[in-house]
Amino acid sequence: MAVESVGAQQPARVAFYNDPKFRSIAYQVVLCVLVVLVVYAATTNALDNLQRAHVASGFGFWNQAAGFDISQTLIEYSASVSTYGTAFWVGLLNTLLVAVLGIVLATILGFTIGISRLSKNWLLAKTATGYVETVRNIPVLLQLLFWYNAVLKALPDIRDSHKFFGSFLNNRGLFVPEPLAQRGFGWVEIVFLLGIAGAIAFHLWARKRQMATGQQAPVATVSLALVIGLPLVVFFAFGMPLHFDMPQVGRFNITGGLALQPEFVALLLGLSVYTAAFIAEVVRAGILAVSHGQTEAAYSLGMKPGPTLRLIIIPQAMRVIVPPLTSQYLNLTKNSSLAVAIGYPDLVQVFTGTVLNQTGQALEVVAITMLVYLSISLFTSLVMNIYNSRVKLVER
Amino acid sequence: MKRVVGILALAAAVFVAQGASAQTLKQVKDRGVLNCGANGQLAGFGLPDAQGNWSGLDVDVCRAVAAAVLGDAKKVKFVPLTAKDRFTALQSGDVDLLARNTTWTESRDTTLGLNFTGVNYYDGQGFMVRKSLKVNSALELNGASVCVQQGTTTELNLADYFRANKMTLKSVTFADADQTVKAYDAGRCDAFTTDASGLYSERLRLAKPDDHIVLPEIISKEPLGPSVRHGDDQWFDVVKWVLFAMIDAEDLGVDSKNVDEMMKSTNPEIRRLLGVEGNFGEQLGLSKDCFYKIIKQVGNYGESFDRNVGAGSPLKIDRGLNKLWTKGGIMYAPPIH
Repeated sequence: MAVESVGAQQPARVAFYNDPKFRSIAYQVVLCVLVVLVVYAATTNALDNLQRAHVASGFGFWNQAAGFDISQTLIEYSASVSTYGTAFWVGLLNTLLVAVLGIVLATILGFTIGISRLSKNWLLAKTATGYVETVRNIPVLLQLLFWYNAVLKALPDIRDSHKFFGSFLNNRGLFVPEPLAQRGFGWVEIVFLLGIAGAIAFHLWARKRQMATGQQAPVATVSLALVIGLPLVVFFAFGMPLHFDMPQVGRFNITGGLALQPEFVALLLGLSVYTAAFIAEVVRAGILAVSHGQTEAAYSLGMKPGPTLRLIIIPQAMRVIVPPLTSQYLNLTKNSSLAVAIGYPDLVQVFTGTVLNQTGQALEVVAITMLVYLSISLFTSLVMNIYNSRVKLVER
Repeated sequence: MKRVVGILALAAAVFVAQGASAQTLKQVKDRGVLNCGANGQLAGFGLPDAQGNWSGLDVDVCRAVAAAVLGDAKKVKFVPLTAKDRFTALQSGDVDLLARNTTWTESRDTTLGLNFTGVNYYDGQGFMVRKSLKVNSALELNGASVCVQQGTTTELNLADYFRANKMTLKSVTFADADQTVKAYDAGRCDAFTTDASGLYSERLRLAKPDDHIVLPEIISKEPLGPSVRHGDDQWFDVVKWVLFAMIDAEDLGVDSKNVDEMMKSTNPEIRRLLGVEGNFGEQLGLSKDCFYKIIKQVGNYGESFDRNVGAGSPLKIDRGLNKLWTKGGIMYAPPIH
């Protein structure tokens, strides 16, 4: 009974507009409406202005013939038949190519330099410090121009190319023989894929056995044999089903073969070197965040410095390293749009440059480009966040 | 920086209502200064010197408009624009007039919302190569690398020309004229292509100008002219007739030195041009003697050509097509009647 009487004594009813729950919802609704209104007003106003200025709008240009040439294309593209839409994909793939390779290179270089900065070797540590302090304090655009002009100046003219193994190196790029698959090469590819699968399976089995019994297995040797050795055996068994398209010296240029253009190399180098300096600092901060007691504990268990770093320090440092590392990856991807300065046909150069100018549809083209960069960045963040949740401290 | 201007202009196009699109003349008069989009990097057409004084054939169009509208050829604010952001700057109202060696084409006249007010230079795209290549014709360029600046009709003409002649092309595209020329100079490309006038002016910037030749082929028609926004007929007329007046003045033999004497001329056409007879300036919404001010302060078309790109300049470009119609060229302006 007593309980019931307490329940009956309800607090004085507050007016609904003083209810914190109602208020918070109301504020959010008002804000949403305002944002939608502003976006709507901006869009209609822009369309109105464009119409008044007799500027074409819409996405009809996507399927129109492009008619201009692009120097590096990863997919089929020709000035005569391809559309602006194809030009967009060409640019996007070029951006992704330089971003992905740049991230890999910058990570390797950045980790090496970050760890070197903490080395007991005086010369190594000071060199790494000098690298970081020089590189990260010079604007990246200047570095790109430097690399580009350095690459162009350092290499010989096309008529006095360096020649080696059927390859040519000059200021138009590096031209190497292009391997072309013949009948039977498909088997080599299948065996290669099987080899990778086998190596992963062996690695998992070896780890399980080591956990259980403490016995180590020769993982590296077995993996190498599976991934490289087995396909090689098949390759020779099928009578080497591969021939090479050799680069030839033409009247003006070198034709045939695979070409690595100086614009691409300069951009990749510039971006990797620049971003590596930041990654080095991130790595250093991460390692210093791991208590020194961990190192001492590992040493007292008899571990050598190498395994200590690899097995004890880095895994714990990763949870500190990954979030800022993600930002650096995003920066590298976005900085790749500076390609336009050195003639590399990335998305901004091809699409926001030539396509925009030929169609004159600035709003549509810039909006698409922004959307693409946003998507790339969000995807990178997503992947890194998944990785981050795997390496973060497990709380029990 | 230039990209920032472009983005700002774009933002302006999105957020700012263009209520005053039909009153450019009034706006310029109220402001007391003409905002003119110019090149800023091309000798002979639009280039500031070390003191920030602009000169060039296109720059003279801006000055002539300022002289006619505001009475003073110095009341111009030059906005340097790249090939890429020039149209956005005009569309969004950043500049009142675009005089930046811009080719008059159908799509620019229509979908870009521009109105070209005439042609102040008849140009065409050509090629420059090293003499050491021993190339005598553009038709021998099969398989060559060509450096080209993006954001222009140049890229399209280049691809079209190689396609039409069944030649393969390796183009290397740069956003910026400077870097394009630098790359060509460093040997990245066999040839450099742009409008022929530009080839002569860029050749001066190469390390060894005498090692390079301009090939005889002209592969496109490039009528360069000033442009204004679509939809403001009054302003369109003003800019159009400023250029016509400069050409008519040369036609009639009136130049900056003899213009005061010519005021006493009995030739009715000269009297109409200089505002002694009739009120042709006022019909445009300007002063009666607006054409006189242009000729007095800027000069006639021939003087401007000579001083900026012709015999009196380092470029020494032959007048060719740009001679008056009476002298074998195609430069022609309707009469002031």
